[in-house]
Amino acid sequence: MESWRKSPRAWALSMLAPGMWLALFFLAPLSLLWLISFGVKTGITSIDIDWTLANYARAAQPLYLAIFLKSLWIAAATTTICLIIALPVALVISFAPQQLRAWLLLLMILPFWTNLLIRTYALIAVLRGSGHVNSVLGWLWQLPDGLLAMIGLGGHHLMGAQFTPLEILYTDGAVVIGLIYVHLPFMVLPLYAALNSMDRSLIEASLDLGAGHVRTFFFIVIPLALPGIISGVILTFIPALGSYLTPDLLGGPGSQMIANVIERQFKAANDWPFGAALSFLLMYAAFFGLALRGLADRRAAQPGGAW
Amino acid sequence: MRILFRRARPGPLEYHRRWPLRLVMAAALLFLYAPLVALMAFSFNDSRRNIVWHGFTLKYYEKLFANTELMLAFANSLTIALCSTLISIILGLSAAYGLWRFRFPGRTLYQSVMAMPIVIPEICMGVAMMAFMARTGWPQDLVWPFNLGAIIIAHSAFSFPFAAIVIQARLESFNRELADCAQNLGAGEFRVFCDIILPHLRPAIVAGGLLTFTLSLDDFVITFFTSGPDSVTFPVKIYSMVRFSVTPEVNAASTLLIVITVALTALALRLQQRAAAGVPAQ
Amino acid sequence: MMQRQDDPIIRLRGVSKRFGTVQAVDAVSLDVRRGEFFALVGPSGCGKTSLLRMLAGFETPDAGSIEIDGQDMNKVEARNRPVNLVFQSYAVFPHMSVAQNVGYGLKISGCPRDDLQARVDAALRLVKLEGQEAKMPDTLSGGQRQRVALARALVLRPAVLLLDEPLSALDAKLREAMQLELVHLQKTVGITFVIVTHDQSEALSMADRIAVMQAGAVRQVASPSQLYDAPACRFVADFIGRINLFEAVASSRIPGRIRINSPLLGGIEREGSAEGPVTLAVRPEKIQLSRMPAAQPGWLELCGTLTGIAYFGGYCNVYVDIGAAQPLMAQITNAGAARALELSVGGKFWCSWRSEDTLLLMD
Repeated sequence: MESWRKSPRAWALSMLAPGMWLALFFLAPLSLLWLISFGVKTGITSIDIDWTLANYARAAQPLYLAIFLKSLWIAAATTTICLIIALPVALVISFAPQQLRAWLLLLMILPFWTNLLIRTYALIAVLRGSGHVNSVLGWLWQLPDGLLAMIGLGGHHLMGAQFTPLEILYTDGAVVIGLIYVHLPFMVLPLYAALNSMDRSLIEASLDLGAGHVRTFFFIVIPLALPGIISGVILTFIPALGSYLTPDLLGGPGSQMIANVIERQFKAANDWPFGAALSFLLMYAAFFGLALRGLADRRAAQPGGAW
Repeated sequence: MRILFRRARPGPLEYHRRWPLRLVMAAALLFLYAPLVALMAFSFNDSRRNIVWHGFTLKYYEKLFANTELMLAFANSLTIALCSTLISIILGLSAAYGLWRFRFPGRTLYQSVMAMPIVIPEICMGVAMMAFMARTGWPQDLVWPFNLGAIIIAHSAFSFPFAAIVIQARLESFNRELADCAQNLGAGEFRVFCDIILPHLRPAIVAGGLLTFTLSLDDFVITFFTSGPDSVTFPVKIYSMVRFSVTPEVNAASTLLIVITVALTALALRLQQRAAAGVPAQ
Repeated sequence: MMQRQDDPIIRLRGVSKRFGTVQAVDAVSLDVRRGEFFALVGPSGCGKTSLLRMLAGFETPDAGSIEIDGQDMNKVEARNRPVNLVFQSYAVFPHMSVAQNVGYGLKISGCPRDDLQARVDAALRLVKLEGQEAKMPDTLSGGQRQRVALARALVLRPAVLLLDEPLSALDAKLREAMQLELVHLQKTVGITFVIVTHDQSEALSMADRIAVMQAGAVRQVASPSQLYDAPACRFVADFIGRINLFEAVASSRIPGRIRINSPLLGGIEREGSAEGPVTLAVRPEKIQLSRMPAAQPGWLELCGTLTGIAYFGGYCNVYVDIGAAQPLMAQITNAGAARALELSVGGKFWCSWRSEDTLLLMD
């Protein structure tokens, strides 16, 4: 790498265009948003930058605090379930033979390439009242009756009179399912990377010394894969926290998350300063999570390789 | 005691052969794929209600292609994707090159700021752009394709760092001595760049381009906040259709989008693999 | 069935293992006796590590049976076997201290705290690591980590200790010291050791008995001196120590006696029966050099030009061109003899050795 002074023209030519683009179309809008978050509405479309903290204070009101907490809770539930599913999956993939491994990874990543909107939409057809899950359940429900009818003992209605479809869609549960559906690959990848780079002989040594697979998993595999686990947790939690489409399409009126509130401030409610304040709170949460991840990465890079 | 022709018990570390783990893996794959497969399958279903299979039909695809609004939105999406890809490639290429070649004060800061669009929640970027456009008095009544300008700019801003990352990875494998040698033979800076570096970067540029094209085509949140009634894109149009009804046309449109996106990304991946394997860029 | 003390502790019968298209282990049968230091030796790819891993339970044989301490290991998993393995990379858990590493197996088996502490201390004393209990592995040297691995395995009192290339990661001086220590350790603890190594000199210096392997099969199992002085085949002769080889043809006109003809060595007579191509061999240290032909009865003699001398301090290897594809290698101890000979490249020398020191090798 050479110093920029050696060819200042080349340096300017290569660095200025992207730099200016970032400054003008990325930093400027964000700075503007930041200013607005300290503003006050003085009319339908005009905002006065008052340097007031009222908007941030409003975010602490019970109504909005509840939504924050709900978003945190939904994101946490999503992350936990993703972790529980992703650990065995990553284990299977990283210990599979080379060829199979490439295919399994591809299969896990493929859904990630499809459009988020479409993935969420596909779940609607599955989860709704007349959707696939309920039609399968309904079929299972009347199965005992059907079997009895075949041997001439019909008409008993063993499972109750009528199958009431499960109300899955438009609940918090649907949002969590949707978020898991979208973010599972994000959890599998860092876990796979961590498990792949682990020394296999450590697992064999643990088995050799008498530990079973479960104990080996908890005493050896997890502590050594911890940086990867933390990475995966943060890469799943932050996007889940800030997701908009999934709670919008799959959630009910009570399953609103932060991003939905922000959207409302900028469209229907027309309260831009408040929306800006909420946006920045979300961003600070995202940065905090990334800082944690950076810390975890640095600890992992130290000699010894584990906490 | 001879035991012949016996299939070996799974070894201690052969987790992929133990049935409890196989079950979890299969369940996870089923969970991931069943809704998508159902969606794609039912786009051919001859039924409005779309749960029970009635018969194979292509009529919803016909309806899809006949729906002018949707086709217009698709045309918009393509245009935006093409333009923003072009811009992203230029910006990403020059940023990657500059960062690879030069040491300068503020380099780490530059890199961090470039990484920000990737990590910031999309909604924050979307509303920021919306505020920016309103505040700067962005002209609202431009003729096509200029009315797509705001969306194109927003897309390029968030996607060129992705292109830069792909190109930077490829630059790592470039032997600096080649550039020095060319200079030694009398080539000026610009010639070195065009004749020596650019050909080496070709697969990464194409891969990065495909990546940003897909990102732009698929984007919803940022477009939602930067588009207007006359600049609707494909995902935004589908969103409004989805909000109001679950029609098989949407299934057909979704299937189409899935196929396009997967094909493009697979292509990008193949190109990157070939580049990594050392296939010389022509 | 009562276990007799002179039954072999490990009994392998017809063990085979295939990896893809490669037959890693080919119908191996051998016995390891109680309390002995046993070595599996061979070039890389000969199957010795696969065999070791099958003993430990990390690979399952395609065919054959493995019995350890009278028990068939067919259905027994690695963690339930009465053996412990010291890995080539030592596999010391990086996130646990020395004491936690050594006590791991005891903790798993539910050993009570005081007992565990006492046994860990005893094991650390045995490998000379007292005082290092709280240290983390990344602060230890390679040799110290190996001791941790040894202590960790020995503290469980296995019937057999398996060691995979224990000395390959150590530097030369340390390696020599560890060789002696391992032998001493084995005699102190009294359990059977089975080591795998590609270094034949290591096996010769440490083991009571050695199995030489080639391409998945065992070529010879014997004590070090037997392997050196009476190798069973050309491969073993060439692998163990250094040797000079000569092509020859044997014929047995009189039953019980063979006549072997070699273009370089002429004719030799031996007891036994053999027909067809054989190999004659002689160890370098059995060869004497002189400036004049000695022509003693019962000795073989060759004449040649000296092409190289490799000096090793206490002895030197001398290479003589005798008109064959490979030069003859003789080993001379420097005291007296070498000085008197005035060895110099290009000089003409006579090499002679006793006829009965010539080894006859079928293949």
